[in-house]
Amino acid sequence: MSVASVPTPPGAPTPPGAPTPRLLAGGPRRRRRKLLNRAMEGTATFAALAAVAVLLIVVGSVLLKGLSAIDLDFFIKGPAPFGQSGGGIANAIVGTCLLVAMASVLALPVGILIGIHTAEFARPSTASAIRFALDILNGVPTIVTGIFVFGLLVAGHVQSGYAGAFALAIIMLPIVARSAHEVLTLIPGSLKEASLALGVTRWRTVLTIVLPSAAGGLITGALLAVARVAGETAPLLFTSSIASTLISTNPSQALASIPVRIFELSESPSPSDHAQAWAAGLLLIFFVLLLNVLARALYGRAQRRMGAS
Amino acid sequence: MSVSASTAAAAPGALSAHRGLADRLGDRALIGLTWLASAAGMLLIALLVYKVFDQAGASLSRFGLGFVGSRTWNPVSDEFGAGDFVFGTAVSSFAALLIAAPTSIAIALFLTELSPGRIRRPVTTLVELLAAIPSVVLGLWGIIVLAPFVNNTLEPALHSALGWIPLFSGSPSPFGLIPAILILTIMTVPIVASVSREIFQTVPTELKEGALALGCTRWEMVRMVMLPYARPGIVGAVILGLGRALGEAIAVTMVIGDTASIHASLFAPADTLASRVASEYQSATTPLQISSLAYLAAILLVLALLANALARLIVGRSTRRLGASAGGRR
Repeated sequence: MSVASVPTPPGAPTPPGAPTPRLLAGGPRRRRRKLLNRAMEGTATFAALAAVAVLLIVVGSVLLKGLSAIDLDFFIKGPAPFGQSGGGIANAIVGTCLLVAMASVLALPVGILIGIHTAEFARPSTASAIRFALDILNGVPTIVTGIFVFGLLVAGHVQSGYAGAFALAIIMLPIVARSAHEVLTLIPGSLKEASLALGVTRWRTVLTIVLPSAAGGLITGALLAVARVAGETAPLLFTSSIASTLISTNPSQALASIPVRIFELSESPSPSDHAQAWAAGLLLIFFVLLLNVLARALYGRAQRRMGAS
Repeated sequence: MSVSASTAAAAPGALSAHRGLADRLGDRALIGLTWLASAAGMLLIALLVYKVFDQAGASLSRFGLGFVGSRTWNPVSDEFGAGDFVFGTAVSSFAALLIAAPTSIAIALFLTELSPGRIRRPVTTLVELLAAIPSVVLGLWGIIVLAPFVNNTLEPALHSALGWIPLFSGSPSPFGLIPAILILTIMTVPIVASVSREIFQTVPTELKEGALALGCTRWEMVRMVMLPYARPGIVGAVILGLGRALGEAIAVTMVIGDTASIHASLFAPADTLASRVASEYQSATTPLQISSLAYLAAILLVLALLANALARLIVGRSTRRLGASAGGRR
């Protein structure tokens, strides 16, 4: 991009006798080219501004409409009985925390193990096949994941927190495995070789050298996966949506969740329900964006440390 | 760790003999465990595909492949077909990509070529954060903020300016294809933009500087060097966005109007495969209806698998090729 490396500035006079290169020709054509360039640069800048503006507009409206509906009751009470206003989403907050925690317990170890397998042990062809399959799994629409888990765990039984958490875990798995693979392949080979050369076995090398060095990146992947599933509605719709309005911590029954609650509230015609939906949206968006920013900061730090060593 | 290290230091010649049982078993155990995790992952994918098609079985054997094009959806007479939803999915996703693709490419170009160093990182982060907004929140915003805007401002304006085109005929409505297209655009832009940005970064600097040295303007450099070089990868990025748009259920079902119909006008309410599954599966009554909804999910699964496989193959190949020639950048 450095203009300094351009040997002949476009405006410089060409030596007499030399044929004028077509692209360097001056006059109206040149002005038109410059104008077109300006227009295109303007368009690109505008597109980027528009994307940022949309983000600000969405977050701004959520903030504006949600903030006024947040009070103490919102956090500590369940939904008000039908026909009454007030109440809160305490049951959904507790439910989402439980669902995401259970999904993480399932998906994080398996995902990191897959990452270790593809980065350390598997043959390159096997590893790339597994990673391809995981990418495909990542592309499965979450509503289809919901249908799958419904057929596997719910059909013939009842909805449960376990089923919901399993559905969320399926969505987390490829994200965790992929980021684990990428972080582990970034670990300098010299570090592993030094350990192996000291006679340390492979499994101890992985557990005591590789994983601790990769911890920052692994946590980043975990946070991003949690942020992703905390806002998922579709996989919970058929697996854990017919929930009690009381605060429940029993995962063998359906657990309430913030996204499903927003979905229900948004379909109500009552303005007070909408206000509560905005408030719940604000809580969710705050949590999700916070996790994202945290994950990025952590990853940046881990990368800088790795680059320094 | 310290034990085995000191053992190794003490007797480098007799490593294997001094290794404890734990060490010999440990390697096996860890490799076995990681292998098991991968196998479980692969099994899960196979099970997912099997289980979705298994649930669609009754409808599949009753209606066959004709289901995909058939336009009847009548729970009362137990007649089902996916035609309207395939149409809605196709129109909403393609239209969204039609807006999102050029926008995302422009954003990626801004981020790689135009943005001053100081704002590059924050803008990149903000664009990626757009992808992190939960779809249900975007849907809520769609219902309460976007729908009235579409109904009162956007569609009347489109109608008065371009009303002679059938696409913009009819009377404005808050819910329908237009808000769904806009929401899907918002959801796909960050994905396409961030993949495109990575692809543009692999264009070798020598090529770009060469073009500038020949007197190209920046746009000419982009058009004649960067775009041709990055084309396959960009196509992959757009298909990846398409895969995302096809499968979005919640945000779409909240704004599209949930009506099985085919209209020429984009103002009309419609429905997509994913959206219909989301809105009807819970309340479905007859086994055939449930199975038919699973059939919709199966169509969706096949479309998403194809789109993602294709996109990954294209993006993977082009970043490998470009990465190799750009000095291993990835």
